Amino acid sequence: MTRTLSMDQPDDRNRLDAMVQGVIGKPLDRLDGPAKVTGSALYAAEYAIDNCAEGVLVTATIAKGEVTAIDEASVLNMPGVIAVISNDRMTARAAQGGAGESPVRKVRQVAYRGQPIALVVAETFEQAREAAKRLQITYREDDDAVIDQHARALPTETSGEPTIQGNLDRAISEAAHAVDVTYTTECHNSAPMEPHASIAQWDGTTLTVHASLQMLKYNVKELADSMGLAPENVRLLSPYVGGGFGSKLGISADVAAASVAAIELGRPVRVVLSRQQVFQSVMRRSETTQRLRLAADSEGRLTGFGHEGRVSNLPGESFAEPVTQASEYLYPGENRTLRIDVARLNLLTAGSVRAPGEAVGMQALEGAMDELAVIIGIDPVELRLRNIPDRHPAKDIPYSSRPLAECLKTGAERFGWDVGPRRPCHTREGEWWIGTGMATATRVHNLNEAEARVTLYPDGTAAVASDMTDIGTGTYTILGQIAAEMLGLDIKDVLVRLGDSSFPPGSGSGGSWGAPSTGSAVFLACEGIRERLAKRLDCTDEELTLKDGFATVRGQSIALPDLLKGDEIEEVGHFKDGAISDSFSSAMYGAFFTEVAVNAYSGEVRVRRFTGAFVCGRVLNEKTAISQCMGGMVWGIGSALTEENIFDKRHGHIVNPDLAEYHIPVSLDVPHLDVVLVDERDPAASPLQAKGVGELGICGAAGAIGNAIHDACGVRLRSFPFTPDKIIAELEAP
Amino acid sequence: MRPFAYSRATDLDHAARLAGDGARPIAGGTNLLDLMKLEVETPDALVDINRLPLGGIETHGDGLRIGALVSNSACAADERIRRDYPVLARAILAGATFQLRNMATTAGNLCQRTRCYYFYNTDMPCNKRAPGSGCSAIGGFNRIHAILGASDACIATYPGDMAVALCALDATVEIAGRDGQARSVPVRAFHRLPGDAPERDNILEPGEVITAVMLPAPPGGKHIYRKVRDRSSYAFALVSIAAVVRMDRGAIASASLAFGALAHKPWHDTRIDDLLTGQAPSDALFDAAADRLLEGATGQGANDFKIPMARRILKAVLREATGDAT
Repeated sequence: MTRTLSMDQPDDRNRLDAMVQGVIGKPLDRLDGPAKVTGSALYAAEYAIDNCAEGVLVTATIAKGEVTAIDEASVLNMPGVIAVISNDRMTARAAQGGAGESPVRKVRQVAYRGQPIALVVAETFEQAREAAKRLQITYREDDDAVIDQHARALPTETSGEPTIQGNLDRAISEAAHAVDVTYTTECHNSAPMEPHASIAQWDGTTLTVHASLQMLKYNVKELADSMGLAPENVRLLSPYVGGGFGSKLGISADVAAASVAAIELGRPVRVVLSRQQVFQSVMRRSETTQRLRLAADSEGRLTGFGHEGRVSNLPGESFAEPVTQASEYLYPGENRTLRIDVARLNLLTAGSVRAPGEAVGMQALEGAMDELAVIIGIDPVELRLRNIPDRHPAKDIPYSSRPLAECLKTGAERFGWDVGPRRPCHTREGEWWIGTGMATATRVHNLNEAEARVTLYPDGTAAVASDMTDIGTGTYTILGQIAAEMLGLDIKDVLVRLGDSSFPPGSGSGGSWGAPSTGSAVFLACEGIRERLAKRLDCTDEELTLKDGFATVRGQSIALPDLLKGDEIEEVGHFKDGAISDSFSSAMYGAFFTEVAVNAYSGEVRVRRFTGAFVCGRVLNEKTAISQCMGGMVWGIGSALTEENIFDKRHGHIVNPDLAEYHIPVSLDVPHLDVVLVDERDPAASPLQAKGVGELGICGAAGAIGNAIHDACGVRLRSFPFTPDKIIAELEAP
Repeated sequence: MRPFAYSRATDLDHAARLAGDGARPIAGGTNLLDLMKLEVETPDALVDINRLPLGGIETHGDGLRIGALVSNSACAADERIRRDYPVLARAILAGATFQLRNMATTAGNLCQRTRCYYFYNTDMPCNKRAPGSGCSAIGGFNRIHAILGASDACIATYPGDMAVALCALDATVEIAGRDGQARSVPVRAFHRLPGDAPERDNILEPGEVITAVMLPAPPGGKHIYRKVRDRSSYAFALVSIAAVVRMDRGAIASASLAFGALAHKPWHDTRIDDLLTGQAPSDALFDAAADRLLEGATGQGANDFKIPMARRILKAVLREATGDAT
């Protein structure tokens, strides 16, 4: 049976708090942890499959044009080489998140350097790699490629509908205090530890692919569309995913290439992207140019708010880095202008990377807010507290919850925030300038349709199944905790199975919606089971207590196996995201506080302390939630100080396509991260009263670091990342 | 990666003979194997020297003899090196990661190749990788490139840390050739400037194998290795300085400075050491030293910052070395 709930209005029942098992919210270790650290958890490329051939992708070495010839003969006589494949069932770009249809397939029409154009298949990986390198490609190169992403004048188009209210120009000119500043961010890569990889098998009817993907229900459709197969004849398996961060929301080139080869050759084929291909051929976060205009009255209350961004993408891609997403609802200002323009470039696909929108949008906005606080001469925390609107400033709808003030106060107290206006260059320790900075965190609360099946077995154990993925976030564990809480079971008696597209379609992992969406589906299935148990005991669900494998009604307890009498109860929960977002503005909130040291000679920055106070509705597992926040804060350090993908302006390739030169923060860059979760129940968020948390920790984090740099040494940088060269250009030597 | 022949050297002469016939010596392989996978390096043959008796750190006269196969980890952990040559231990520990330092060897570290982005990208021209094809870094993205001693053919830098300290210490490379021949070359003369032959990083001839690095008598004084980089660990230097400075009655009794990430080789300029020696420390003196270091320095655009950065870091190092810690 299926139990369905559409999130059209708040769910005030708060059933989880009525449960007594006491496992929900507990900081349990991840259920998949031992398998991962012992290596028994297999990732996509790690399956030992008989007769598996190895494929290596060949990518374009021009930025725009056409492949006019592929000299297959140049490699077919090399040892072990089986085939060279280049046809329009392969994919030339990665699918955008939630696309549900094939991305661009014209592999011989080159739109960016690094575009997959062919697959070389051989008996061994080494043979395929060498032949891929040898393969002779002839191009007709166009001379109108647009690759300088920083060019001032680029033709642009506006993404979506801009928000324009009142008269921002006038608000700025009449304001008691105003800032008009432009921040820039550079391209980022998701850089998951596990590269994108697939092993495809074809039995003449069904295509089965071990792949590393985040959202199987969409990925099945994307692959089926590419192959010209019915979706029911495509099965994807992603039980373990070594990080995705947005880059595995849609299928990447390995999935279709391995599939085409398996179908054409009639044998299993494995395709693993090289690290360089992960950078050059999957997806980037667009660079951004963001103009922030803030007008405030003499008390520091915003009267005008402008956030205008320029981002880029390939021609034909609908995704535009939504840098204004949080600006829609976070701060007031009756005169508003929010817009995003997209430049069309011949650089690889821009798509979702680690909190698209807020990650880079908030770091710019929070820098501008800090500048405003300096101009007004008030504490930057106080400026935020004075600018918490009662209702959504553009849509005039209520907030489902609005705990920003609690986060600001909790974080400030925990950090030991020095209250008052910032006065830069106040503390020097030897060579180091010391300063503190803060920023608001926020991320929209997203939901997605999700199904999950829960089975209660005659022995009193249960199983959860969904095509939901666990991309390292703790999904196995929290879904187990929800079922264990609802059914009154020890967590050890709940088996969670994920990442198989033959299971009911979950929400997938993306947009921080996995926990509230698929978690709600598990919750609904468990409610169905509880109802059927209650019926057996002739009581209502509300009268039924389930704990430690016993059902108790009116003081009488019975063990579940005795109650089930050999029967198995299976229920499917079907959660629909509904229309509630029309009635409420729902978001996660938080606040960052950090202390940095800036070396007066070298301009090197060290983050010395970093506190984050966050609210994400009900916390499902304190440990995994805190870990998610920590991960976000590490991303924030990278975004502030080190991470940028650099394109060669002449040729359009990524200059630093590996983890040696694309600088993700290392352990030494990361201080002790102090995360505090402020508990909350948000009935408009989900039946669990939980929201997402995965991306919240990055949204604004880099802004806090930039603000702390300013407080430390008086240098206000607006061009992320803040590398030592940029700092010494503004900082006098001692 | 292209197929290659592999053989294990039975003795030094065997290794030299194979190397003379074109085989690339391999020890830790931390750099060479990566480059082979990318086909930046395409040797037909490798000669594995790991089983040759080239390990161990031994007393040699007043100094030390560090075997070619001593791992970077072992070298940095050696009690005598930590005590008498701390600049060397610090430089080694400033490079790479634990895992890499466990595999990387003394000789291999000296022979590590540039990290120039275009050297690594086999789709692009590079005179170092493919002589005569051109230099893509000139006019391209050249943030990590040379400001000193570059040529029209190549603006790459030597990326290492250990060799910079060895230059400051005036160490010597001991090299074996074919037929039992041997020679010694100062580390300061081991690496080359690119000139019109950037494919040659150093003065090793075909058939030559490094057998050891010799450290002179402990120099005493203050040892500093200062490395500026884009993140706290596992990043190559933007600017690095190794300094061994001895003070006597308020004046600089001796100074030996070497600079990393500025040129195709660890940069050492005797005139800087001479300028400092015998002088009382002062900002004016340090500025004069920086002027000397940077005379003729040329930025390529993205690396222009290295010129002011080198000046600032030199000042910081000299202030620290001569007693003013701020």
